[in-house]
Amino acid sequence: MSQKETTGFWRWEEYHRVFPERKKKGLITAGVDVGSVGSKAAIMIDGEAYSWAVKRTGSNSPDSAIKVLGWALEGTGLSVADLKYTVGTGYGRVNVPMANKAITEIACHAKGANFIWGPTVRTVLDVGGQDIKAIRIDETGRVTSFLMNDKCAAGTGRGMEVFADLLQIPIEQIGEVSLKVDKEPEPVSCTCVAFAKTEAMGLLRNGWSKEKVLAAYTRAMALRMANLINRVGLEKELVITGGQCKNVGIVSRIETIMNVKCLPSPNWKENGLDPMVAGAFGAALLARALYLKAQAG
Amino acid sequence: MKIHYGYSDGSGEYYLVIDAATCNGCGQCVIQCPRKALELQTVLMDLEDKPVAAVKEEHRKKIKYTCGACKPEEQKAPCVAACKNNAVRIAWKAR
Repeated sequence: MSQKETTGFWRWEEYHRVFPERKKKGLITAGVDVGSVGSKAAIMIDGEAYSWAVKRTGSNSPDSAIKVLGWALEGTGLSVADLKYTVGTGYGRVNVPMANKAITEIACHAKGANFIWGPTVRTVLDVGGQDIKAIRIDETGRVTSFLMNDKCAAGTGRGMEVFADLLQIPIEQIGEVSLKVDKEPEPVSCTCVAFAKTEAMGLLRNGWSKEKVLAAYTRAMALRMANLINRVGLEKELVITGGQCKNVGIVSRIETIMNVKCLPSPNWKENGLDPMVAGAFGAALLARALYLKAQAG
Repeated sequence: MKIHYGYSDGSGEYYLVIDAATCNGCGQCVIQCPRKALELQTVLMDLEDKPVAAVKEEHRKKIKYTCGACKPEEQKAPCVAACKNNAVRIAWKAR
């Protein structure tokens, strides 16, 4: 087997999307969300999503920001010069060269969740590559309370990538595979990725199936996320943003633990808004608001 | 906007909660903190940049040890006492 085949399971799909039929005149703003694992850029015209792109963040944040924004602009007939205001956000927000302003990802995810799902959203769980945030928002998408996760990258997207690689399961299928167990196993006791990996290897050696090991890890992650939500207090509706919104194993377990239904991810593959890009949408919306405010003097 | 700094781990829950809406950025808590764990940071609120008290980045992941010396369970930590607006609160629950 070639090197590529044995190491590629964690790789998720990069993509970009343009809606050329949406009008091109109006106030053009951009949001660039440079996360620890993924970089997202969104172009908005008068507060409507026009195009966006999702890429893996490389080792160079300014470079990732330029590339992902360039990709979002591809096929739109627009250039960086057409952007009236750009907001940088995310882990690498201070490294977005073309940004007029850097704003924390908390405010951007709040605004983005409000944009994607509407004013009924009150609790946002953003599961990023390297940290989790539980955010409470009001009907306008303003943050009322928030909490970042503790200590380490435990229970995050990066942890899932590590497990995809360890168990040799493509990352897109990891949620479904984790649900293929007759009975939910005990969660792994460690949520630290490094320790959990060691524990998982022990379980595999003891004859546990891949599915069962993955279920045990996913459950441990979901329990941690539920803890964070409880800390800020759950108020309906609950939504999940960030890469793990696509992990059905996480979403369904949180629903079971919290005894609540998350608002479903819009049908983003066809024509909907990708919840993974929520931070970039929010950034572009805040960019619009900041620009209009500056104009009004 | 209530900002929760801290974490829960196997030994308990350790949070310092700062209400950015009522914090007026006076900086008294920053001066009074014996561990120099606080600072003023710019937070965007209602599209305005506002200075708000915050836990320094390097203390966020060890707040249990940084703040443990002030015996937070008595709710008489210097930062809490220094705030006239009651914008600083400590949520400490050792298991």
